[in-house]
Amino acid sequence: MGRRPFALIALALVYLTCLAPPSHAAEYAEVVVADPYLELHTGPGRGYPVFHVVERGAAVEILKRRTDWFLVRTEDRREGWVSREQMLQTLQPTGELTTFQDGSREHFAQHRWEAGVQAGDFDGASVISVYGAWLFNPSLQVDVTLSHVLGEFSNSYLANVGITHVVVPEWRVSPTVTLGTGVIHTEPQSTIAELEDRTDQVGYVGAGVRAYLARRMLVRLDYRSYVLFTSRDDNEEIDEWKLGLAFFF
Amino acid sequence: MEVRAGLFLLTSVVLAAMTAGCASAPPEIEVPQDEREAARIIDPQIERRDVAPPKIDSENFEIGAFAGILEIEDFGSNPVYGVRGAYHIAEDLFVEAALGQSEAGLTSAEELGGNLRILDDRDFTYYNISLGYNFLPGEVFLGRNYALNSALYVIGGIGGTRFNTDDHFTFNFGVGVRLLATDWLAIHMDVRDHIFATDLLGRDKATNNLEGHLGVTVFF
Repeated sequence: MGRRPFALIALALVYLTCLAPPSHAAEYAEVVVADPYLELHTGPGRGYPVFHVVERGAAVEILKRRTDWFLVRTEDRREGWVSREQMLQTLQPTGELTTFQDGSREHFAQHRWEAGVQAGDFDGASVISVYGAWLFNPSLQVDVTLSHVLGEFSNSYLANVGITHVVVPEWRVSPTVTLGTGVIHTEPQSTIAELEDRTDQVGYVGAGVRAYLARRMLVRLDYRSYVLFTSRDDNEEIDEWKLGLAFFF
Repeated sequence: MEVRAGLFLLTSVVLAAMTAGCASAPPEIEVPQDEREAARIIDPQIERRDVAPPKIDSENFEIGAFAGILEIEDFGSNPVYGVRGAYHIAEDLFVEAALGQSEAGLTSAEELGGNLRILDDRDFTYYNISLGYNFLPGEVFLGRNYALNSALYVIGGIGGTRFNTDDHFTFNFGVGVRLLATDWLAIHMDVRDHIFATDLLGRDKATNNLEGHLGVTVFF
């Protein structure tokens, strides 16, 4: 019984490594060199030496991309890395200049997905958040946020769902307003007191700023005012400030 | 802005009028029947070519596991293992998220004090989100025939550490070496300091928890 899964995994690996590549063989995009030379570096970085050049008019296949470097294969089967600047000077089979789908201001104004990390202050405690967002139109998005609050007396975990309105999505820097709800689970520090863990519902309203940084990156600064609907007599109110980096797709 | 929109509208109206004028002109010229037939045969119905950017396999994500030694301040050196994932933003810059797990050993007082035990729970787990900068890219030569691409990076970030059932806000910073065994397989060597404040031994203090580990990651 113990060996079976391993045998299956090994078989699957063999299958993947042996059978998968041929099916991809003919799918690589091809471009034609239009600059006097296309320089092939040994690695995906500006410092790696140029070991081969491809002359104008020759075609190369693009195998893969890592950040701003492209692994290409020449007609005589040599493989090397070419910078994005040089790739932009090549021609597609249609004769058009090659372009790539990189993040840009235009794309930023109408992206669909966003994910990021934020850190800041939650009522005097530190907070770390990760969030994902889906935009159903450029100015309205659904945010799902998971936060970890690390305080001196207690720690909390928060899970929120909210709607954010981006006031002017086509601007590089735009104000946002937000509204949402979720739950907060709080655990008092063990060295402080013998308090019980508790879970409460929360609601929040907030405002913020969203700014385009470069490529696929954006910056978000958010303020949220939370209301904790506790089982005790009065509700608690908490202010949160956080700043973070996010990526859009 | 409005002036430009108005200008655009005006231009469009003028252009539309001009094309309408041109389009209605040809029927007035008398063209013999057979010539019209010929014209129809060579009617240039060029199919619009799709000029979408080429689809390229981007390998900017990296995922893997690591194992090493973590020296927990006051609690000895212990094995640590975990998983990490990274997203390469640019040639020099990447973000990394890691999850690690270790177990605290005994303090000197516990070693000497017989049945004395300070911790309720000896598990030490951490997570962090960090920004890394590849500042010395290069190559490592293995003998005469092999050269591995390498990079030395500095990395730092924030996260949380759960130790003795409490969470602590944790800063981390360190250096690492990434060796690319192939285009998609990397070997990491990392040294990292995890810094957090705790009052576990009576008074509040910042603890430095040094970690050294080896890791393997795959680009995809």
